[in-house]
Amino acid sequence: MAAIKETVNTVAEIDLDNYKYGFTTDIEVDKAPKGLNEDIVRFISAKKDEPEWMLEWRLSAFRRWKKLEEPDWSSVHYPKIDFEDLYYYAAPKKKIELDSLDDLDPDILETYKKLGIPLKEQEILAGVKGASNIAVDAVFDSVSVVTTFKAKLAESGVIFCPISEAIREHPELVKKYLASVVPVGDNFYAALNSAVFTDGSFVYIPKGVRCPMELSTYFRINEPNTGQFERTLIIAEAGSHVSYLEGCTAPMRDENQLHAAVVEIVVMDDAEVKYSTVQNWYPGNSEGVGGVYNFVTKRADCIGKNSKVSWTQVETGSAITWKYPSCILRGDGSQGEFYSIAISNGYQQIDSGTKMIHLGKNTKSRIISKGISAGHSSNCYRGIVSTQRSATNVRNFTQCDSLLIGDKCSAHTIPYIEARNSSSTFEHEATTSKINDDVMFYCRQRGLNEEEAVAVIVNGFCKEVLQNLPMEFAVEAQKLVAISLEGSVG
Amino acid sequence: MLEIKNLQASVEEKPILKGLDLTINAGEVHAIMGPNGAGKSTLANVLAGQADYEVDGGSVSFHGEDLFELEIEERAAKGLFLSFQYPLEIPGVATMTFLKESINAQRKQRGENELSTPNFMKIVKEKAQQLNVTPEMLRRPLNVGFSGGEKKRNEILQMLLLEPSLCILDETDSGLDIDALRVVADGVNSLRSPDRAMLIITHYQRLLDYIKPDFVHILVDGKIVKSGGAELAHELERDGYKDIIASA
Repeated sequence: MAAIKETVNTVAEIDLDNYKYGFTTDIEVDKAPKGLNEDIVRFISAKKDEPEWMLEWRLSAFRRWKKLEEPDWSSVHYPKIDFEDLYYYAAPKKKIELDSLDDLDPDILETYKKLGIPLKEQEILAGVKGASNIAVDAVFDSVSVVTTFKAKLAESGVIFCPISEAIREHPELVKKYLASVVPVGDNFYAALNSAVFTDGSFVYIPKGVRCPMELSTYFRINEPNTGQFERTLIIAEAGSHVSYLEGCTAPMRDENQLHAAVVEIVVMDDAEVKYSTVQNWYPGNSEGVGGVYNFVTKRADCIGKNSKVSWTQVETGSAITWKYPSCILRGDGSQGEFYSIAISNGYQQIDSGTKMIHLGKNTKSRIISKGISAGHSSNCYRGIVSTQRSATNVRNFTQCDSLLIGDKCSAHTIPYIEARNSSSTFEHEATTSKINDDVMFYCRQRGLNEEEAVAVIVNGFCKEVLQNLPMEFAVEAQKLVAISLEGSVG
Repeated sequence: MLEIKNLQASVEEKPILKGLDLTINAGEVHAIMGPNGAGKSTLANVLAGQADYEVDGGSVSFHGEDLFELEIEERAAKGLFLSFQYPLEIPGVATMTFLKESINAQRKQRGENELSTPNFMKIVKEKAQQLNVTPEMLRRPLNVGFSGGEKKRNEILQMLLLEPSLCILDETDSGLDIDALRVVADGVNSLRSPDRAMLIITHYQRLLDYIKPDFVHILVDGKIVKSGGAELAHELERDGYKDIIASA
């Protein structure tokens, strides 16, 4: 398979302590003072040129956050975060309102080039002629620096822009839907995000429109001691369809960087949203120093009948991952899907899974989770499937597979099922397998070297999930999977 | 092709092979027989490079090279193939995918071009048919849920595809009924050629009725105590190991 060959070639070039995206970019930045108080919230709001109602909304979120306690129920361990020791706003100093890409700071452009983001529209057009195009929103530390293809998307009525712009240009939509899926006080990090979020993407797909291209956002934390708090809001009107992908990287830092995002998706009758994530935040070095804390709240509300949401995620980075992309299946006949590959190596800790909340009749959910642990890492699937009394004829299928590489890592599966009626069906399957010396010996006896053997086994293990990624990103994800596991055997 | 001199090897510091000598030339089929615990499987695993086995002394040259200087996969690419007594299962990886990855990994090591998919498919189809391996089996994950016989046929299929110069068969007959044994033996026999050698490790003489060896060696307590022609296997079957050991 050509893809596997490429995987192996990539693996050969990179070692564990040499995180591919570990470069920093020297650009002048505009920063808020360290620490968090009402003045900082006002500072951010003013920087964003926000209307008064938005500032009030943030301030009330901040007051709410101060009353909340940091959660401690998950399986991850980390020293207490000093929220006063972080920067909550950092922006490239040069003017960022751009007419075209040529006006973008060349250093930032160079950064995105290194990341392999197809930012330049002409490159995209030349590169994948005849294939589907990808519209990109790129977020650098706290601000969105460039959004491509806006004009073309506008022709079909699709709005794809930084959320800061949406707050100014489309206040009625933002007011109506912001925090409608993840309430401000939902959890500690969601409240924090509501108070200090700096940018993110806003997507609106009008009634009956099939979004003509893949939408994609790339997030990058560049500044040290900076928190990135992005906010994404996707609204799919009745009968619409959109596929959205987010990619994440950060440079190598000895300090831990905090990332606390909120993603909200609203899905009306017969609409369908596919949300894919390739998360490759810096995982820390092989001793467990540094890395991103990734504390994220992602939730979709399937309000409409027969609506559908599909979460696909490939999680390879972050020192700590704490996220549960969820579906509220409110509309009758709505469907939720969760496909996940979570890879932990070194000293990474993952506590991730999904929540499928069945409220409507005849709702369906499907969960395919593939956890791969290597090194000294710990990898935990935590999920809940619940049905209300009135939600009759619910169907759920859950499959949680774990693959262990080496004998110093761990895998845990914690599934909760809450059934409040007797007409619903739940299926749960779980397997645990191990790449041990015997399997490696067998593969090598057939001529595969260690890297090739791991690539073949892991790609086979992840196949069902990789198949769900948009074509353009499947190969990239496959490479990422191999890179993350490099050096984990032998 | 293979020259083993005074080979000594141990597992967890327990000596198993205690000075084994054996020379195998191209075109020859050698059978190694012996009672349980004599070191038959140890010999196969040491030659293939399984890390649990410690080489304590002696030398092995393979195609004129020091075998112990080569990595496991290098030995494979240079033509050493081991048909496992207990083939491993790999969930999620289709048998077909595994076969293609193996063959191309070896070709790459030898500096040859990878096989194109149509070419590969053509070759697999033909060899699979020869061994009664169905297309459905090729689509299934490698060895997962395969019966004992299916696993052994799958080993021989890999051998046919990889076309090794030295085929080591470790207890290939165990777990096979008479029909499967015949299919496997036909497959092995089809590989016999003047530039290929075989080392067949077996507990019973049964397999040797189908694959006629040129030489039979009796391995007892880590050493070859007696060598002879095909007739030695029959003697053994008739008299048992006890007499052979006593007369050796």
